[in-house]
Amino acid sequence: MQNVRNPNLTSSKGTRFMGFLLLVGVPTLVLFAFFLTPEDDNMEDAVRLLYIHVPMAIFAYVAVITTGIGSIFYLWKKSRWWDTVAHASAEIGLIFCGLVLVTGSIWGRPTWNTWWEWGDVRLVTTLVLFLMLLGYLALRQVPANPDLRAKRASVVGIIVAINIPIVNRSVEWWENSTLHQQSSLTDGKLEDLTLFTLFLGLILAGVCYLWLMTHRFRVGWLQTEIENEGAIGVLQERIAEGTASSTETIIKEDGEGEVR
Amino acid sequence: MLRDAWLIAQKDLRIEIRSRIITNQIAPYTLLILVLFGFALDADIETLRDTGPGLFWVSILLVAILAIQRAVDIENSDSAQDRLLLSPVSSFSIYIGKTLGLFLQLLLLEVLMMIAMIALFDSSVDDFLLVSATGVIATIAIASTGTLYGVLATGLGVRETLLPILLLPVLAPVVIGATRAFGDAFGRVNADGWAWVGLLSVVAVLYTLLGMLAYGQLLEEA
Amino acid sequence: MTPVIDLQNSMVLLGRFPALTDLTMLASKGEIIIVKGPNGAGKSTLLRLCAGLLPMKQGTGSVLGFDLTTERMSVRPHVGLLGHKTGLYADLTVEENMGFWAQISNASSADKRSAMDLLGLKGRLESVCVRNLSEGQRRRVSLATLVVQRPSIWLLDEPHAALDKEGKELVDSLIIEASKAGATVLIASHEIDKVGLNQKRIIEIAGGSVVSDTGESHGKENNVT
Repeated sequence: MQNVRNPNLTSSKGTRFMGFLLLVGVPTLVLFAFFLTPEDDNMEDAVRLLYIHVPMAIFAYVAVITTGIGSIFYLWKKSRWWDTVAHASAEIGLIFCGLVLVTGSIWGRPTWNTWWEWGDVRLVTTLVLFLMLLGYLALRQVPANPDLRAKRASVVGIIVAINIPIVNRSVEWWENSTLHQQSSLTDGKLEDLTLFTLFLGLILAGVCYLWLMTHRFRVGWLQTEIENEGAIGVLQERIAEGTASSTETIIKEDGEGEVR
Repeated sequence: MLRDAWLIAQKDLRIEIRSRIITNQIAPYTLLILVLFGFALDADIETLRDTGPGLFWVSILLVAILAIQRAVDIENSDSAQDRLLLSPVSSFSIYIGKTLGLFLQLLLLEVLMMIAMIALFDSSVDDFLLVSATGVIATIAIASTGTLYGVLATGLGVRETLLPILLLPVLAPVVIGATRAFGDAFGRVNADGWAWVGLLSVVAVLYTLLGMLAYGQLLEEA
Repeated sequence: MTPVIDLQNSMVLLGRFPALTDLTMLASKGEIIIVKGPNGAGKSTLLRLCAGLLPMKQGTGSVLGFDLTTERMSVRPHVGLLGHKTGLYADLTVEENMGFWAQISNASSADKRSAMDLLGLKGRLESVCVRNLSEGQRRRVSLATLVVQRPSIWLLDEPHAALDKEGKELVDSLIIEASKAGATVLIASHEIDKVGLNQKRIIEIAGGSVVSDTGESHGKENNVT
């Protein structure tokens, strides 16, 4: 990911391959999810949304944990690479979180007969996570000294990641119950086809995350590259300021020996 | 270390007593929030009693944001912060001192607010010990996080807007926990208040540790 | 003798802006140096670098034997910096401000008294809130808090600004006293005439590097005696 050979493009063989996988994979997932898998006894057709909802949710959390790890490594190594990883992952995490909330609401309407259920631990946790990510990205948008901003964003990134289990625990105790499906992957009652579709969704969400990550990372990397190039120009100007004023002194030294 | 922290906290408190911003501006604001809730909820005493614990902590958070900004301004308005960095005092002491100062101010506001709530909402406290423990521990969590986020959002020119959006979601568990524990102590909900105090304690310790680790880094210019 | 301040090709970035580009200077114990240059030349940045408040991007440097890249935190307690702002608490009285900074820097209350006497902060002024002081009086208080710390290096950014004639003379005598006691003094000033010290080394900087130095590496010879 580190080397961007052609600065006009953020794509490479790897990303094109991932893009191709998604191009083929997503219609296949739609085919399986909407047509080939049977409807659920309780949830009926609404179950089909879960093939997107669950993988998205898992990778939203993966994204935030990546941001947390990137933030720790940034503070440790002070490397731009990790900072860019943390930033890129948070943005993708926000999108995934948003989609989880939307699909969750749509799914909740027929299943729980409500768009939003405060008693559901995972949805409420995801909402708080969504808000924390909004704050993190708001901080990243502030025009400021890039090193200073990166350091502060890293502290926020770590706290956001650490907060996930705390929020989860507190919301769980809060309502003492969860409406949510017990983890669908482990209850063993799933049919083979359902399991396969869920698995396919998981892989596709993973590929999608990696694909977006790579592109977003490269855009971020190029952005800092441009800023750095500007910095070289500024440095040259600054040095010129010094030499200009020293010749000025020499000229003036015959008279007063004083600059301005 | 603790001596230095106490010096800093003492100094902050003395400034607050002198400037009277807490008592003359922030405290009336808390009272105003309670009155406005009364209007908004139609002055139905049962509703007010039920929602009282939640209103209490939401109001405290809103007020805490003002107090946090005050605490940061004290050091920044005439760059006393540089002086502190150049002094032999460690960043741990500065953090503990600033947190302690904020904690004591918030605690005072909570006591005032509690009196107002009992008077206005006719709330009755069943378990005084639980209320005190919840108040103290939740306030430690708010003060320690607030002190950290106060410097974090400062110096970028957008603190007033940035601080709430960064701070409030992180304090969501504190609001949930403290509200439940108060609900139990006021006899309004059937919950195990002390279990919530346990969760709040974990949060308070964790945030304080994080603050101690990160604060020194954030004080640095670059 | 090892120099107190030793900067070799130092570069300091403020954000992306190179405030210091390639600055080399030496200063010995007891030396008084005036740093002059136009606005934005990097004078204040140089002082903050010497105080250990800013990280160095390139070059090497040490202050009081502490390496600026690895040990700049250790430099700080030995440095007294008077910046554009006074670093005082506006709602506390002169006495309370002095008390706080004296306690924070582990100075005795006798030291505090003598510093206040030295800067003429006795009597009525003691119990006045800093908020109600004039600009010049505030700078006196700020200087007094520095005197209490007994720093080994004095970094004064425009110390004569806003002071009356008497105040300026006071500052000059403070500087000479400090130098005699072995402290190194760096004074940033764009109006060099205002500095009334007679024998002085002048370093002129522009564009973040030294363009002229009247006492390059002569060390002690330039001292005020």
